[in-house]
Amino acid sequence: MMTKLIFGRYIPGNSVIHHMDPRAKLLLSFYFIGIIFIANNWPTYVILFVFTLLAIKLSGVKWSFFINGVKPLIWLILFTVILQVLFSASGGHVYFKWGIITISQLGLVNGIYIFCRFVLIIFMSTLLTLTTPPLELSDAIEYILMPLKVVHFPVYEVALMLSIALRFVPTLMDETEKIMNAQRARGVDFGEGNIFQQMRAIVPLLIPLFVSSFNRAEDLATAMEARGYQGGEGRSKFRILKWQARDSWATVSFAALTIVLIVLRA
Amino acid sequence: MSQIIDVAHLNYRYPQQSADDLTLKDISFSVADGEWVAIVGHNGSGKSTLAKNINGLLAPVSGTVTVDGQVLTEKTVWDIRKKIGMVFQNPDNQFVGATVEDDVAFSLENQGVPRDEMLTRVHDALAQVNMDQFATREPARLSGGQKQRVALAGMIAARPRILILDEATSMLDPQGRYDVLKTIQQMKAQSDLTVLSITHDIDEAASANRVLVVNDGRLVEEGKPAEIFKHGPALIKMGLDMPYAERLKAALKRQGVQVPTDYLTEKGMADWLWQLSSNK
Repeated sequence: MMTKLIFGRYIPGNSVIHHMDPRAKLLLSFYFIGIIFIANNWPTYVILFVFTLLAIKLSGVKWSFFINGVKPLIWLILFTVILQVLFSASGGHVYFKWGIITISQLGLVNGIYIFCRFVLIIFMSTLLTLTTPPLELSDAIEYILMPLKVVHFPVYEVALMLSIALRFVPTLMDETEKIMNAQRARGVDFGEGNIFQQMRAIVPLLIPLFVSSFNRAEDLATAMEARGYQGGEGRSKFRILKWQARDSWATVSFAALTIVLIVLRA
Repeated sequence: MSQIIDVAHLNYRYPQQSADDLTLKDISFSVADGEWVAIVGHNGSGKSTLAKNINGLLAPVSGTVTVDGQVLTEKTVWDIRKKIGMVFQNPDNQFVGATVEDDVAFSLENQGVPRDEMLTRVHDALAQVNMDQFATREPARLSGGQKQRVALAGMIAARPRILILDEATSMLDPQGRYDVLKTIQQMKAQSDLTVLSITHDIDEAASANRVLVVNDGRLVEEGKPAEIFKHGPALIKMGLDMPYAERLKAALKRQGVQVPTDYLTEKGMADWLWQLSSNK
């Protein structure tokens, strides 16, 4: 059921990108989304593509994963691009005009730029999730949120919740499968009939799943308390993150990319 | 031997119960340092509730619990929990860490143990339960018995004085049950651990030095496993599965064979059968 979703899946590997500090990966991915907006002409977009493709090459993950990452979002992208083409401010040669709809040269170029932005962002974030185990990402988020402790944001608790949520994903998937089979044995048809019938079939699946999740949560809380959990303060950490030379080099390469983009932009 | 656990006149009622309806009624017993005590009883007899009262997960209506010389109060509860390791029934619902080593380290993290020490303690504990090659595995890829052994490794790493097993083997297959029981016996041999096991499993109860029988919130009987197992079919009423040798004895008795009344292990039963047929 979930195997089709490439976004959020981890592909184990041994590349430089895999071994990078998840904090560096997460922050640089966000930074990349920011600097995409510096690009405003062909040379800058070409540079961004070369940079992204190079990063993908370094990771050693198959290209098909990235193409598959774009696929589920293709309609959203096309919709945005078409809106941009039809309704954006006109400029340059006008090919077609009807009421408020205008297809102009500038509109088309803008549409293509937006398409490029989407693809670049999806490629980069897919690269992040494909090369970083979810648990490392949650560690990275914990570190990045640390400054919020000043305003009494429960950083440790949120990080623990995140890691427990991730840990229970496969457990709950198994449970769902089990309940589905149990309901099938009682004559429920999943994935058949019209959309309303399909939605109704989900109800006998969701209710037992909710009940058992709450039971699990209660058991887990008891077990955590029995093992001396008293909240985030005063805990030591078993897993630590190490910033290494390769992370500094990655940061430098992004800085260089930014400079090149600023120089080349129109 | 000194008493490590002392429970005196313990009464407990769940908040939703009416005032005269108690789950635990006037329970008193003590456990000696290094002893293995099994608590048996039906589902709903209050044995799990009793276990939760010992490490302060539940607070009694009246009566006192003393663990290792400390009376259980709101002030001492965290000290006492450090001394007690508790393994629960469902292997999945007590697995906190995202990987095996993370889970073993959880108690240590809670105690604020420095990371270097944590690394060695986690590694040693996993080696002791024979799970060291699984250190970076995720729980979804382990069997129930393996998960329970990881839970035991978590206990070993935290070095408690007392281990409470709350039906820790009841959801496992026979092999998993055997492995877990063997691990506990090893743990006990290596340190002066006190074990309190709540169980329906006759083999687990047979490993104990003493058996307490709880029925309807009361402590109804206590004795050595051999004395308790003598009851034969009455065992089922106490919430234990009858041991194989006892079932065989009952069947032979129905066939008119004279059988010894005291409890026999499977090996003892085999020996007795040999003698029986050679006497004829």
